[in-house]
Amino acid sequence: METKFQFSAEAITLANKIINRYPEGKSKSALLPLLHIAQGENKGWLSVEAMDYVAVFLKLQPIEVYEVASFYTMYNLKPVGKYVLEVCRTGPCCLNGAEDVIDYLQNKLGIKVGETTPDGKFTIKTVECLASCGTAPMMQVGMHYHENLSKEKIDGLLEEFGK
Amino acid sequence: MSKKILLEHIATPNLTNIDVYMGTGGYKSVEKAVKTMTPDEVTEEVKKSGLRGRGGAGFPTGMKWSFLAKNTGKPSYLVCNADESEPGTFKDRYLMEHNPHSLIEGMITSSYALGANTSYIYMRGEFTWIFPILEKAIDEAYSKGFLGKNILGSDYSLDLYMHPGGGAYICGEETALLESLEGKRGNPRIKPPFPAVWGLYGCPTVVNNVETIADVPWIVNHGGDEFAKIGIGRSTGTKLISACGNINKPGVYEIELGLPVEEFIFSDEYCGGIAGGKKMKAVVAGGSSVPILPAELILKTAKGEPRLMTYESLSDGGFATGTMLGSGGFIVFDENACIVRNTWNFTQFYHHESCGQCSPCREGTGWMEKVLHRIENGHGNMRDIDLLVDVARKIEGNTICPLGDAAAWPVASAIRHFRHEFEYHILHPDKVKDRNHAPVPTLQEA
Repeated sequence: METKFQFSAEAITLANKIINRYPEGKSKSALLPLLHIAQGENKGWLSVEAMDYVAVFLKLQPIEVYEVASFYTMYNLKPVGKYVLEVCRTGPCCLNGAEDVIDYLQNKLGIKVGETTPDGKFTIKTVECLASCGTAPMMQVGMHYHENLSKEKIDGLLEEFGK
Repeated sequence: MSKKILLEHIATPNLTNIDVYMGTGGYKSVEKAVKTMTPDEVTEEVKKSGLRGRGGAGFPTGMKWSFLAKNTGKPSYLVCNADESEPGTFKDRYLMEHNPHSLIEGMITSSYALGANTSYIYMRGEFTWIFPILEKAIDEAYSKGFLGKNILGSDYSLDLYMHPGGGAYICGEETALLESLEGKRGNPRIKPPFPAVWGLYGCPTVVNNVETIADVPWIVNHGGDEFAKIGIGRSTGTKLISACGNINKPGVYEIELGLPVEEFIFSDEYCGGIAGGKKMKAVVAGGSSVPILPAELILKTAKGEPRLMTYESLSDGGFATGTMLGSGGFIVFDENACIVRNTWNFTQFYHHESCGQCSPCREGTGWMEKVLHRIENGHGNMRDIDLLVDVARKIEGNTICPLGDAAAWPVASAIRHFRHEFEYHILHPDKVKDRNHAPVPTLQEA
């Protein structure tokens, strides 16, 4: 099957290294890690082409990939902004003002949860508990947890991201 | 100062470096186990220790290990459950970030006991920055000969790998975790067969929580009997408690099991009391799934005895007046916290995280969320309260995995102990329309 999406050379090396972690014939185990790699190489989301590529890579049926990608919340099945602001909305964060953080971000960026700014820069997502309850409220952006959020801290972060 | 096992050396600078970790006595259990003990002797020490699963269920670890099917002609696996996602719980994250070698050492010693030659650490995918920390620790362990072929010159070999999840609370359930590790949706399996017989790739498998595994080196070094001396009765050893909510000092604390709850909440050594000098209204003592208790019942049992941080004391009185130690996710609510809003929040969580396999959970969590939404937003009806109780009862015990119970208990317990707050919301919608509304008066005041 010909698809437009392709892993970079480094991604292929990493993917093969990951496949070797699992016993002979169990390479399907590498599906979740490989989807993370594919998403990282596809501007933060999994297009059908990217999922089909992973299916071919792991010798799986495409449906085996789609059903997994749609089950786990870390995989974005639609395009997202350059910075995805994932704000925790679960109980302990709400006891410390997570709902105010969500309101503040929505007002400041002029978008609602689940939307992306017209310039393609920011997406706001709400997520469930990220094990950061002692440092609430918080949000994850890419690799990083930003904890003990205040309006000032959010302003500083958005400035850093180049709003 | 209470006894420390996991955090004893946590203040040592660069503890994530293997040489520093070894300087504190690290990796001695690997040497002791592979050179002087048989695998069964290691399991025997863990049995003697009374160690119970630290992920939430509290099942005796040594017994779980002894169920592992032997001589099946198939490989055995140890899988570490590092999918920490129970709301209120952040202890495993803390341990892995700050003392990663304690987990790696525990994985090696435990894998030896179980005869596993390949082991995995399944960590939630969101912990992106912890992967490099643990991978570096694993590389260091290989370079020192603690991992790989013929560990420390013995016949025993082990390979250890990290595996990322994709963001799903349900994968903290051990059979869902195994499905996920096999590259599938995280749908829990029907048990039996249990993982000890039919686990990863249909092979005998043990799944243990991070903290449970990290306790094993101390048990091997000092003996199970020494571990059993810490704590009270069947609650042996220490426990990591992650404290959060409306307290002065949120954080991760290692306590000796048996510490009075009152001391944990109000002592400066731990939570440091309620933030802003407010009164305490309620506590969820073991992660969002366990029943919420009002202040008077978390401090003292219904019999009037001081409540202790043990499996038995916290569950004293059953669900009528007690709760569970659970994962050690300790959430404290002050007098201003709205129990109705929090319960609605938790049902959103369980509705979102239900895998959808069993209809009582898939449908029931959604109904509870909708009914609580209308009560919280001023459109409730008095009948709704009993409807919630009815739905919760019909989910509980009727699903493949415990997520259904975990979704039902917070709702049932909130109504059991705070029914007047639900009634107040229904009778006075105008007074609770602001989400940071004034405290709900008690029945007498209302």
